[in-house]
Amino acid sequence: MAKTKNNTLKLKFDTSWSYAPAPESKSAATINKQYDLFINGEWQKPLSKKYFDTINPANEEKLSEVADAGEADVDKAVKAARNAYDKVWKKMPAKERAKYIFRIARMVQEKARELAIIESLDGGKPIKESRDFDVPTAANHFFYYAGWADKLEYAFPNRITEPLGVAGQIIPWNFPLLMAAWKIAPAIATGNTVVLKPAETTPLTALKLAEIIQESGLPPGVVNIITGAGDTGAAIVNHPDINKIAFTGSTEVGKIIQRAISGTDKKATLELGGKAANIIFEDAPIDQAVEGVINGIYFNQGHVCCAGSRLYVQESVAKLVIKKLRDRIETLIVGDPLDKNTDIGAINSRQQLETILKYISIGKKEGAEMYESSCRLPGKGFFCRPTMFTNVAQSSRIAQEEIFGPVLSILTFRTDDEVIEKANNSPYGLSAGVWTDKGSKIFNMTRRMRAGVVWANTFNKFDPSSPFGGYKESGFGREGGLHGLSAYVNIVN
Amino acid sequence: MEKTIKKSSLTISENGLEKKVSSKRLEVLKTYKIYIGGQFPRTESGRYYIPTNVAGKKLANVCLSSRKDFRDAVLAARGAVSGWSGRAAFNRGQVLYRMAEMLEGRKAQFIDELIQQDAPRAKAEKEVNLAIDRLIYYAGWCDKFQQVFSSVNPVASSYFNFSVPEPTGVVAMIAPQGDSLLGLVSVIAPVIAGGNTCVLLASESKPLCAVTFAEVLNSSDLPAGVVNILTGKPGELVSWFVDHMDVNATIYCETNSEIKKMIRERSAMNLKRIFFYDKVNWYTQEGQSPYFIMDTQEIKTTWHPIENIAGAGGGY
Repeated sequence: MAKTKNNTLKLKFDTSWSYAPAPESKSAATINKQYDLFINGEWQKPLSKKYFDTINPANEEKLSEVADAGEADVDKAVKAARNAYDKVWKKMPAKERAKYIFRIARMVQEKARELAIIESLDGGKPIKESRDFDVPTAANHFFYYAGWADKLEYAFPNRITEPLGVAGQIIPWNFPLLMAAWKIAPAIATGNTVVLKPAETTPLTALKLAEIIQESGLPPGVVNIITGAGDTGAAIVNHPDINKIAFTGSTEVGKIIQRAISGTDKKATLELGGKAANIIFEDAPIDQAVEGVINGIYFNQGHVCCAGSRLYVQESVAKLVIKKLRDRIETLIVGDPLDKNTDIGAINSRQQLETILKYISIGKKEGAEMYESSCRLPGKGFFCRPTMFTNVAQSSRIAQEEIFGPVLSILTFRTDDEVIEKANNSPYGLSAGVWTDKGSKIFNMTRRMRAGVVWANTFNKFDPSSPFGGYKESGFGREGGLHGLSAYVNIVN
Repeated sequence: MEKTIKKSSLTISENGLEKKVSSKRLEVLKTYKIYIGGQFPRTESGRYYIPTNVAGKKLANVCLSSRKDFRDAVLAARGAVSGWSGRAAFNRGQVLYRMAEMLEGRKAQFIDELIQQDAPRAKAEKEVNLAIDRLIYYAGWCDKFQQVFSSVNPVASSYFNFSVPEPTGVVAMIAPQGDSLLGLVSVIAPVIAGGNTCVLLASESKPLCAVTFAEVLNSSDLPAGVVNILTGKPGELVSWFVDHMDVNATIYCETNSEIKKMIRERSAMNLKRIFFYDKVNWYTQEGQSPYFIMDTQEIKTTWHPIENIAGAGGGY
């Protein structure tokens, strides 16, 4: 790579220095051999009597086995949640509710290291991300929403609100603990009770959270955590005594849920897929933009609904940006999720790896040009090299469909109007990004992009106080911030 | 002034479709057409229906709009989104105020039509007055709800972060069947106050005010396509309203649970936002609120880095 002739300065990454392994120790984490269902404040054997394995995607070894909740188990959990709602939680003074949630936030902080290790073991994400992003942000979500519990009259001007009742929450495998926090914290702060199902490939941190919740003394039944796959999720969605469905996952499943609850009064918030446009103008700080693009698509192996998977580069700088991106992906360290130097960990599951590889071959077939890092992949486990496609057509499937992996599609444009037209030409509208040094252009672009979260001169930033959620087929409702509260209350008058 | 108008319009109703004209001067009858893209076409289908009042008197030959009319209306509405949402909020407020002015000026005509549609005079007057006041109410909200429902979010990193409401786009609405003017105004006003455009199906049995209201819109500086009004049968059209892939939200104001289920089910196709205003009493305070505006708004959150926030010392 260093031999490439060019007129711009380039960092030399191909030195003889290499990183020594720096693995985080597994000894700081305890994983049980088997997990039951957390219902009514206790660990209960599944009535289904079934368990399934959860594996480490980095080496395909079994970590534990967890209960597979059947319909009867879901019913039990919903009954526990209803009972806790009627008898305890909705009657409790809001300031007392708040203190429980503050306590949970603190305990997540106390056990942060253990949670981070388990998150990386079970889901494959690099430890630096679970340690520095997932776990602290999860704790912060509890801390943020705890404080809202007794202040709701300030959130809904001139209106009185009431909780909805029992919330059924179904979360994905890309940010397992963080999504659990996103869902549970606002729900219980506003006085609802919860039945939560983590994804089948990443149940462990949610179960650890159940241990924390038990330890916190939260009244039994306020939060119930049950494990299982799609059938368990369907049983939650279809349970007649659930008032609210909160779902994060694919647009396809989101639509199925919406149809399933159509004959009911259940409320829903759906946080679904995305195909974010990330736009680089010629006047952008190019090196920062390149870093932003890398973070935008390769963060969490690209398993991010708001990933910047469609890059639009202004033609005049396209060559330069593409070269820098190629140089940069060459330096990304792909490997052991527990190694503190790892940038890209394991793909979450074999199934997801197959999906990604399918899209890579579609991209090639459609005539796009592919570059991938030359890095060596570990022999075991599910791994994918950071990949990018150039000469991608707007109509190409890799520019239209969500891949949910470390695959970037690069397109070019000439004018503002053209790039807005292209960026908004998507059924999705979750997030978007723009890179330019010109303030007025930033606001022009951020205003015209049809997306719920817009990052200007940055990408993939999150905060408990910042609302998150999509336009169009990326779903409806917001999570986080003041606006996240309305997903869990009825405005009474 | 008002009396004369009343008299003459009373003559219209008395001499309406079926009664023989006996006065010296032949009354000019109004053709009730639909309103698409700022124009008053007849339905492309060429069909009509004849709604009657309780006494069985024919109200008019009213357009029985078709799927294709709806498609044309959505096209017009989509085309108007960027212009209307791009206007200054202050200007939208002025246009809504102008709508109220125009409605006030034609009060008598609306009262008369409501009476034709079976309302007692006192109730008709109340309904028109409330409809005018409702427009004024939302005219005032146009440049204020954003401030009430926006936030600057105190993120724990060096970023400036704020959330603002933005219109969701094209809204398809089945107007309340009963309160044919007040209901209509109460659902249109918050949607367009927020910068959306809409296609609305008027009350099937009481469509007169809806068409006359389109004339108010047409003379109120409201850009063509922002509000499109169809007449016809909900039973025929609702499914097209919810199936259309370029509609962003659906509002339904009746209690029919079968239709509600169908709306929720089929709206899933492109995840339309759905709102049921079936329990709202449009005559009371609960019939107006900025929360109605917020129903057809999306929250957009924008992030931008702040240079060196921690090291700068804040200047204190």
